[in-house]
Amino acid sequence: MSINLTLLIVMGALYACGIYLILERSLTRVLLGLMLLANATNLLILATGGYAGLAPLYSKEIAAQDYNDPLPQALILTSIVISFAVTAFMLGIIYRTWVLARQDEIQDDVEDRRVAETPSFDAEDDAEIPAETSEFPVATVVAGGREMSAESAAAEEKPGSKNVALGPEGGGK
Amino acid sequence: MNIASFAPLAVVLPILGAALTFLLIRHSRAQRAVSIALLSLTLLLECFLLASVWDGGTAAVTIGGWLPPWGIVMVVDQFSSLMLVVSSAVSLAVLVYATGQGMADGDQDAPVSIFHPTYLILVAGVSNAFLSGDLFNLYVGFEILLTASYVLMTLGGTGPRIRAGVTYVVVSVVSSVLFLISIAMIYGATGTVNMADLAVKLGELDQGTKTLLHVMLLVAFGIKAAVFPLSFWLPDSYPTAPAPVTAVFAGLLTKVGVYAMVRTETLLFPGDTLNTPLMVAALLTMVVGILGALAQNDIKRLLSFTLVSHIGYMVFGLAMSSTAGLGAAVFYVAHHITIQTSLFLVTGLIERRGGSSSVDRLGGLAKLSPLLALLFFVPAMNLAGIPPFSGFLGKVGLMQAGIELGTPLAYALVIGGVVTSLLTLLAIARVWNRAFWRSPSDAEHPDPVLLAPPMAAVAGPGAKRNTVTLLPRTMVGSTLGLVVLGVALTVFAGPLFTVSDQAAEDMLDRSSYIQAVLGEDTTVPMVLTSGGGK
Repeated sequence: MSINLTLLIVMGALYACGIYLILERSLTRVLLGLMLLANATNLLILATGGYAGLAPLYSKEIAAQDYNDPLPQALILTSIVISFAVTAFMLGIIYRTWVLARQDEIQDDVEDRRVAETPSFDAEDDAEIPAETSEFPVATVVAGGREMSAESAAAEEKPGSKNVALGPEGGGK
Repeated sequence: MNIASFAPLAVVLPILGAALTFLLIRHSRAQRAVSIALLSLTLLLECFLLASVWDGGTAAVTIGGWLPPWGIVMVVDQFSSLMLVVSSAVSLAVLVYATGQGMADGDQDAPVSIFHPTYLILVAGVSNAFLSGDLFNLYVGFEILLTASYVLMTLGGTGPRIRAGVTYVVVSVVSSVLFLISIAMIYGATGTVNMADLAVKLGELDQGTKTLLHVMLLVAFGIKAAVFPLSFWLPDSYPTAPAPVTAVFAGLLTKVGVYAMVRTETLLFPGDTLNTPLMVAALLTMVVGILGALAQNDIKRLLSFTLVSHIGYMVFGLAMSSTAGLGAAVFYVAHHITIQTSLFLVTGLIERRGGSSSVDRLGGLAKLSPLLALLFFVPAMNLAGIPPFSGFLGKVGLMQAGIELGTPLAYALVIGGVVTSLLTLLAIARVWNRAFWRSPSDAEHPDPVLLAPPMAAVAGPGAKRNTVTLLPRTMVGSTLGLVVLGVALTVFAGPLFTVSDQAAEDMLDRSSYIQAVLGEDTTVPMVLTSGGGK
């Protein structure tokens, strides 16, 4: 099988530009990148059919190897239709992003950011004295070597709380 | 005339339904009736298909009379028919749930009129992918279901959904381009895209080319199946979609990716060339996925991470390429589709009853709605793999196969599997403790719905008119149906294991598939394994 070098070089250039573009944060550039990738792939499929030949209309005089391979062209046709639909949809989404956020950029996932910034300490799981949630509360607990009421101990464990029962020095935490 | 020749109807009926519901776009009642009726019909047909394949073996249908390897074929074997039945049952339940939600909310929330046609197209795409005996037709099936999923993902066009939709669309398109590139290369190397023909011809290529094609296909399918490190997109995009949409995506879409991986590994590239990297990927998928789940506060995000993590079990079973391992993987896929979907549906109900899906805002649901607690508890324990549920049985099957294999990596995976199972239990128990057991006033930011006295909503005059039903009967009913199906998989685990082991044996043997497509007298090339053959 022989391959058209020009097509191959064009394909490589399209892939390179496409990959560069989809790594951008701007949505329009990502879309352009996806379109270039789709077209580069179409060229690749075309290349698998070998050199251009005659149209595949059967005639007795033509030898079998002179025909063009029709299958890659059918595949390309399907892939063009699909990328057309996806491009149209992407344009719709990009427009909607612009309407909603007035920017043409991929936005961060807020919940993901929040989880990433959450400290590993969790009052309910990790507190030295568990927050008292039982319906039959214990009156006193031992904390830091001294006895104190469970309620004030629980209040102490809440993040950002002031020390309820003051220590012997009389100062806060 | 064999019943198997009606296999294309599994694709045609949903598409027909999509056309009809599109025509009925202004009549929501007729839309519901048509889509539910056609999907039930499809499910019935697929049950017959499963029965016929079970009796008569693998069958191939040539479309339009073009004989293979030139024409497109659809192949029904035990694995694909099992997947068809499970996926249709699940999508029917989700459809009923979605119509229940639409009716309860008065259809004003989102452009629900396009929900039905899009949903049916999605089902058609999934069926096409399961039935396809042709690599390019598999690509088309993927594209049908993906394009439908883009629309469902961004339904309503709200800010968070559009944001998540962008990531989802870009990642899916890139994976589709990769798949298309591998198809082009495979066609260039062999001159065919028929999968049975490829099974014969790929064996004649030299090892380097074969490995390249193999890796390209696995990467493309790995993105779709969310195998670590290609899973980053899933927990980011799934949780924002409407509850029934997330449920059907979680149940079906990643499993179509797993299905394609199974076909690649067993039919196209048999042997064990890439088993070691696959096993490492499986281990990392399990462990990294579940560690992500532990950090989440939002139930939907937590479930998305467990979804990623449990894909690892299926890849583990697949990577062993033994009958026991593959059989357990097939069983696990069937189990996981049902369980994961029902958990997402229950989360939708939790969101309605408790006003939020964040465990920081929830509490006391076990007291407020014991039925909801039961609906969550059963599939949750099933997911974590507590005996006697099917999750436990599937995991035991995988562990047994791993120990049978006996390599150090297999043992590492067995240990990883047990640890993941325990961590799943921990993640699920956190949700249970916080959302169901503690009293609402103990929540960090309790939702006002939970604190309100039970009958306050109907107290004032005219208040009843403004309240929506919190737990409509259709939604609870369809969720209950799925949970019961999950329990039925436990009760009938014996027969199901027989089916899945038989399916695995057939897939590893390859001859029934290839001969069903290419004719009885085709010689099936031997599979060479580095371990000295079977």
